[in-house]
Amino acid sequence: MLRFLVKRTLSAVLTLFAVSVLTFLMFFALPRDPVTGMCPKNCNPERLERVRQELGLSDPLVDQYAGYMKGIVTGRELSAAQGGYCDAPCLGWSYVNNEAVTDTLARVLPVTLSIVVPAAILWLLLGVGLGLVSALRRGTWVDRAAIGFALTGASLQLYFVGAVLLLVFVHTLGWLPVPGYTSLFDDPVRWAGGLVLAWVSLALLFSASYARLFRAQLLETLGEDFVRTARAKGLPSSAVYGRHALRAAITPVVTVAGLDVGAALGGTVITETTFGIQGLGRTAVDAVRAGDLPTIMATVLVAAVFVVLANMLVDLLYLAIDPRVRWG
Amino acid sequence: MSLSPVDGTALVAIESGGPAGGSRDRRSVGRSPGQLAWLRLRGDRTAFVSGATLVLLVLVAFAAPLIELTYGIGPRDQFQGKLDGFGLPLGHAGGVSGEHFFGLEPGLGRDVFIRLVYGLRTSLFVAVSAAVLTAVIGVVLGTLAGYLGGWVDAVVTWVTDLTLALPFLVVALALIPTLTLRFHGQRDAVPPAFGVGVLIVIFALFGWTGTARLVRGQVIALREREFVAAARASGAGPGHMLFRQLLPNLWAPILVSFSLAVPQFITGEAALSFIGVGLTQETPSFGRMIYQSLAYLQTDPAFVLFPGVTIFALVFAVNLFGDALRDALDPKSAR
Amino acid sequence: MTVGTADEPGPLLRVRGLTKHFPTRGGRRRGGPVRAVDGLDFEVRAGETLGLVGESGCGKSTTGRLLVRLLEPTDGSIEFAGHDLTRAGRRQLRPLRAQLQIIFQDPYASLNPRHTVGRIIAMPLRVSRADPPGGTKARVRELMELVGLNPEHYNRYPHEFSGGQRQRVGIARALATRPRLVVADEPVSALDVSIQAQVVNLLRRLQRDLGLALILIAHDLAVVRHLCQRVAVMYLGRIVEIGDRDDIYERPQHPYTRALLSAVPNVGHLGPAGRLRLTGEVPTPLDPPSGCRFRTRCPKARDRCAVEEPALVRRGGGQATACHFPESGPLRPERGRATA
Repeated sequence: MLRFLVKRTLSAVLTLFAVSVLTFLMFFALPRDPVTGMCPKNCNPERLERVRQELGLSDPLVDQYAGYMKGIVTGRELSAAQGGYCDAPCLGWSYVNNEAVTDTLARVLPVTLSIVVPAAILWLLLGVGLGLVSALRRGTWVDRAAIGFALTGASLQLYFVGAVLLLVFVHTLGWLPVPGYTSLFDDPVRWAGGLVLAWVSLALLFSASYARLFRAQLLETLGEDFVRTARAKGLPSSAVYGRHALRAAITPVVTVAGLDVGAALGGTVITETTFGIQGLGRTAVDAVRAGDLPTIMATVLVAAVFVVLANMLVDLLYLAIDPRVRWG
Repeated sequence: MSLSPVDGTALVAIESGGPAGGSRDRRSVGRSPGQLAWLRLRGDRTAFVSGATLVLLVLVAFAAPLIELTYGIGPRDQFQGKLDGFGLPLGHAGGVSGEHFFGLEPGLGRDVFIRLVYGLRTSLFVAVSAAVLTAVIGVVLGTLAGYLGGWVDAVVTWVTDLTLALPFLVVALALIPTLTLRFHGQRDAVPPAFGVGVLIVIFALFGWTGTARLVRGQVIALREREFVAAARASGAGPGHMLFRQLLPNLWAPILVSFSLAVPQFITGEAALSFIGVGLTQETPSFGRMIYQSLAYLQTDPAFVLFPGVTIFALVFAVNLFGDALRDALDPKSAR
Repeated sequence: MTVGTADEPGPLLRVRGLTKHFPTRGGRRRGGPVRAVDGLDFEVRAGETLGLVGESGCGKSTTGRLLVRLLEPTDGSIEFAGHDLTRAGRRQLRPLRAQLQIIFQDPYASLNPRHTVGRIIAMPLRVSRADPPGGTKARVRELMELVGLNPEHYNRYPHEFSGGQRQRVGIARALATRPRLVVADEPVSALDVSIQAQVVNLLRRLQRDLGLALILIAHDLAVVRHLCQRVAVMYLGRIVEIGDRDDIYERPQHPYTRALLSAVPNVGHLGPAGRLRLTGEVPTPLDPPSGCRFRTRCPKARDRCAVEEPALVRRGGGQATACHFPESGPLRPERGRATA
């Protein structure tokens, strides 16, 4: 068990390291001068040169990278223009946003969380519900309708659904305010009102694969011996489904959900763009456009951390649920 | 977001072990498992309808120049005279008429129908090419990892994890302009074919993981089977092993991941255009059209509707057909 | 090369000190390797049939796979027709492999579901780049006829055949390159009882007609008695007794052999009272008992058995036995005593 954990953690750290190196290289491969993106507006050549010095851009790449990594682990000294000393998880200073990158993240992470977490709950409920109904009513019109609905959702484009929803509920009917983010703790009603369209669109798109997955799993487990045994023992069908089949069938759904949520937390770029909400995804896209290296690095790393963590969690969950999985 | 199309649903219900069960109808003389799957597919009404729709769309894409000829309007022809002072098309529903089946684009006044026909061509070309590349990369890496095991497997698995950990849209956003500028100067005109090529490469680079995983799992399961041992005992080399013994048993997962990849890449092309790094302005594409149309959401909703519905129909048909294909390939999941 | 000839010096197959240890997961920290096969010595002459029997887990299947080099031995040598298989490279091995084939247990897993049976049977010919007179297809048809399949079914797929027919396909495949030695790993145990007899009789006929040497790995003692001239009994990776069929079946010397035989109602002509029951579990091959491996379950075990490992030696009788306190006499006579 311990061996597995250590091995898994090592490989995760190695992955994150590779992601950071790749991102670093990719940015410096950008043909534009990285300074222009990191210099405040209306930069004159002297200022440009000073920024270059401040950022240590004339240092060798390896040193720059080492400095960056050191900042994350222990914090590091930045120039006065970059807000002086930068505390332990130091991700650098963004000239574009004129703030420490950690502050930017602190601002946009709750936004993405507010989009993804309720949406994930919604799509899981919808997906599992549809899958359950279609598996139990296999071969009937209910089954076909549920799967048809799920496939329809999977075939829709988020921006298209979003556009239609916006047109209907915001612009035409006026039932909902223009989407935007309000902190949950300031005003829960406005928080929900501003995000509900994003949740619904994401749920509509994502639930499809869950419905199909859960249906397939359920049908498979219902055919397995232990379920038949449970039935033969005379357990009521609710107990058969509830206690035996559902638990076995939900495992892969949880797996996929973990990975999907992990990936979505890295930024729901399209959703945020469609509804004009400034979350992690939008921030990353803006940073790439502006050539804002510290922010790009941070957003990509955060996204990678979410994916890697989700991967590990799913593995651990598997260990907990299915003792047959070997601790290789 | 993960671009890998196969990670979810497909990993579960695919088993290409061939139909189980002993004696079958005596008359089914010499029917290979593939032929049996084909028979099941042919008997499926949904598969027939979606398959026919797909064939039609592919034909339209292929025949785009022919359609242009009969339709009499090219994708770059502008009809400014049919727009009002705000650049919006005159007439109902975005200028739909006998001459312009789906109306006109606001602003430039180009014909929506013929642009959709060409957009279909672009989208299908990009998606299918990327899916083929994806399948090749995925099958090669998955087979190597599964068959050789050991450190090869460890490396492939790790690279898979790494690929999945990179946020696709952000990386693509950074990579596409970089690559473009590498090969073409700041002010050079970028040929449309180059944009298409870059897109395909990017999709393939990010999309192979699911196929690789699927194939790897399948190969590991097959490796333990005795027919593989029988070939080894006869002294079969790795070539015979991989191509003669294993590959014929991998068609099911390959087809399945292919059917999942195509709609994923159609969507991906549109998504990239949507955040502004898709294809160049001259190349008609679904994504770009939808992206442009969103600005007219309130003034010209018909312009949003036509591309949106067309891309939905395409993806829906592929998804339906893929679903039927999975059922046909996996007799266990028969309804 | 065709059937084995009598003028060849020495046995066709000579196995010396054959050993296979599987490393366990987690490395050395969790104890040693699994000693699946631990020092086997035996020989098979051309045209001879040897039965390899024992409980599941005794290493008999591993032995079969080692013989055709599906597994690499940890130690020991396998000499086949004068060539050392364990030291041959892939290129040198190929012509030898053609003469040394294997039949598998599971007729479902051992045939590639995506190949026609014609292609399956032709596989060894193709792999060994043999060019049989009259062409591959004619040879395959001939083989199908030989094993009792309709040659017209050349283009059918495995799923269209029954288990017994599939096993015939597996046999035909093994015979394609005219081997001199065939290892049959539990060839009938996955089949219905009614089919087993047919396949056993087919194997016997083929063995006689083609002059094959056959190593039959089985846990079914009746099948082995029916097919084999010589029998080797394995326990925990070792041969405990080896000899001619009649010696082994009628006058077994090793207590384990006696126990095995007495557990089979129709073999040893025993009454119920003649049964020797084995107590306890088979020890793990991770850490086999010291001295004689059978001592933990042996009714006759003494102190010496824990210290000294008995050698496989011939005493009296036709067989060699690895036991400090071998039994003698036929298996039956206890009947009278026990009923009294």
